[in-house]
Amino acid sequence: MYLLKVLFRNAFRHKLRTSLTILGMTIAILAFGMLRTMINAWYAGVEASSASRLVSRNAISMIFTLPLSYKDKIRQIDGVKQVSWANWFGGIYIDEKNFFANFAVEPKSYLELYPEFVLPPDQLTAFLRDRKAFVAGQKLAAKYHWKIGNTVILRGTIFPGNWEFVMRGIYRGRDENTDESQFFFHWDYLNETVKKMFPLRADQVGFYMIGVTRPDRAADVALAIDRTFKNSLAETLTETEKAFQLSFITMTEAILIAIQLVSFVVIIIIMAVVANTMSMTARERIGEYAIFKTLGFRGWRIAEMIFGESILITMIGCLIGIILTYPAASFFKSLLGTYFPVFNVTEETIYMDLAASFLVGLIAAIVPTWRAVSIRIADGLRRIG
Amino acid sequence: MEPKRPIVEIKEVSKSYRRGSRIVPVLMDINLDIEEGEFLALMGPSGSGKSTLLNLIAALDKVDSGIIRVGGVDITSLSESELAGWRAINVGFIFQFYNLIPVLTAFENVELPLLLSGLSRRERREHVELALQIVNLAPRMDHYPAQLSGGEQQRVAIARAVVTDPKILVADEPTGDLDRVSAEEILALMERLNAESQKTIIMVTHDPRAAKRARSVRHLEKGYLDNVSSQSPL
Repeated sequence: MYLLKVLFRNAFRHKLRTSLTILGMTIAILAFGMLRTMINAWYAGVEASSASRLVSRNAISMIFTLPLSYKDKIRQIDGVKQVSWANWFGGIYIDEKNFFANFAVEPKSYLELYPEFVLPPDQLTAFLRDRKAFVAGQKLAAKYHWKIGNTVILRGTIFPGNWEFVMRGIYRGRDENTDESQFFFHWDYLNETVKKMFPLRADQVGFYMIGVTRPDRAADVALAIDRTFKNSLAETLTETEKAFQLSFITMTEAILIAIQLVSFVVIIIIMAVVANTMSMTARERIGEYAIFKTLGFRGWRIAEMIFGESILITMIGCLIGIILTYPAASFFKSLLGTYFPVFNVTEETIYMDLAASFLVGLIAAIVPTWRAVSIRIADGLRRIG
Repeated sequence: MEPKRPIVEIKEVSKSYRRGSRIVPVLMDINLDIEEGEFLALMGPSGSGKSTLLNLIAALDKVDSGIIRVGGVDITSLSESELAGWRAINVGFIFQFYNLIPVLTAFENVELPLLLSGLSRRERREHVELALQIVNLAPRMDHYPAQLSGGEQQRVAIARAVVTDPKILVADEPTGDLDRVSAEEILALMERLNAESQKTIIMVTHDPRAAKRARSVRHLEKGYLDNVSSQSPL
């Protein structure tokens, strides 16, 4: 208790200096927290992926398709529980800036394979019954004020033309990592239209989603699928959903590394600022520490005071920073939610904030403590007066 | 009957400081015995080594050679950590600039040495209140040093010095920063502590008026201690 009292009083002896240091720490933690949240948002798809799902695509490249006929062969492979398929549609809603993910999917098997997309039963029935139907995540629907029964037109980029859809359902995510800003419609609707307009591109799918009976068999099943289509015109590359999602992230890895570096640079900069504050503080109080030593206080007690004060300052800044991270993340999400549909401040980020702040406080106090503890009492007392 | 041993025994003590590449001798072959209950004034011009000698007696600094025994303990052979514990129990300090901790009240400043004693909170409070009563500052125990006059601050420092009931009080120019009236009050208080509580007091001063209040006076000149102890008229 006594130590805490001394720490608080000492910490606020120079109110302006301490307040500015706390402000610096707050901004650093806010920046650090936002950058970590952004990195997490990048990996949200990976985090949300299931260990019991595989994705099979054309081995040459994502832009090449696979024949629809593969679905029956895949179903027969031992360990496969369910097969669904989809195409990236790439449609634009009114303007290119209104970006959101839109897929043509085989609706029944797709929604069975992705139970994290929760659709009310009546909406599910309506969606399955209507070929021109689509469902959207609740965030996407809210953003464009879509209501059940509304007609929405997407302009095709990969599949040219204006495509008309009727909204039949709004799904919500089962957990907070589920992307609630996607748009799904019937693959059959796409395929039938393509058959009429571009017959050579009909009966082709972008990728297969495969449910396996047991997650521990995923690797064997993936190998078996690829072996089945080896030396065919369209060889497959099958991987876990996590690996599939990661392959997208790899494309932007340089950016992610840069963001990570910046987040750590922020912490290093604030460490230097706090170390400077603590050095000034310890230098000013060297005489007082000598008094404590004179009275019989041992070195570790002096160390306790300096480390305590440093950690107190950084932790106050940290707590304010953490509190501000939540509204800042909400604001960021409202601005860029289309690109980062899952932008949540995770518990892990908070722990990292706390650990970084503690570490900053600790490291910043090392040199001042060493100086205060090692100075001879007589020399310290001479600094008074 | 065995003769009573002096409370402070200084044998052949020398001390020097390094100033850059130069070694400056400060004390040379000092021999001094101080009896228990003594009130000794160490006098001498600036740079004569009187504060250094006081620091050595109070274990704030280390000798180059020689032995210092206080209360029968050879303090020159103790480690830094042992000395810290020894100082907390055996020595009370009074400084020229009071050396109070500005963020602590008078009460908390006096309580500081007791935090190392293992006393309960209630016991500490009793000791602190008693010490502040001795220096007549009990009504101002909640004041911070900045809210007290120089004389009052020095009285708080004296309360802090006596609160652990140490055998020895060391005072380095205790009246050096005070006006004449306050200085007289402080010296009277020290006299009272010496006479009534039998505290051994070693005071460094360059003020002859302060030295007059001591029972004996020793002079240091260029690192050497005079051989004769002059008695102050009491």
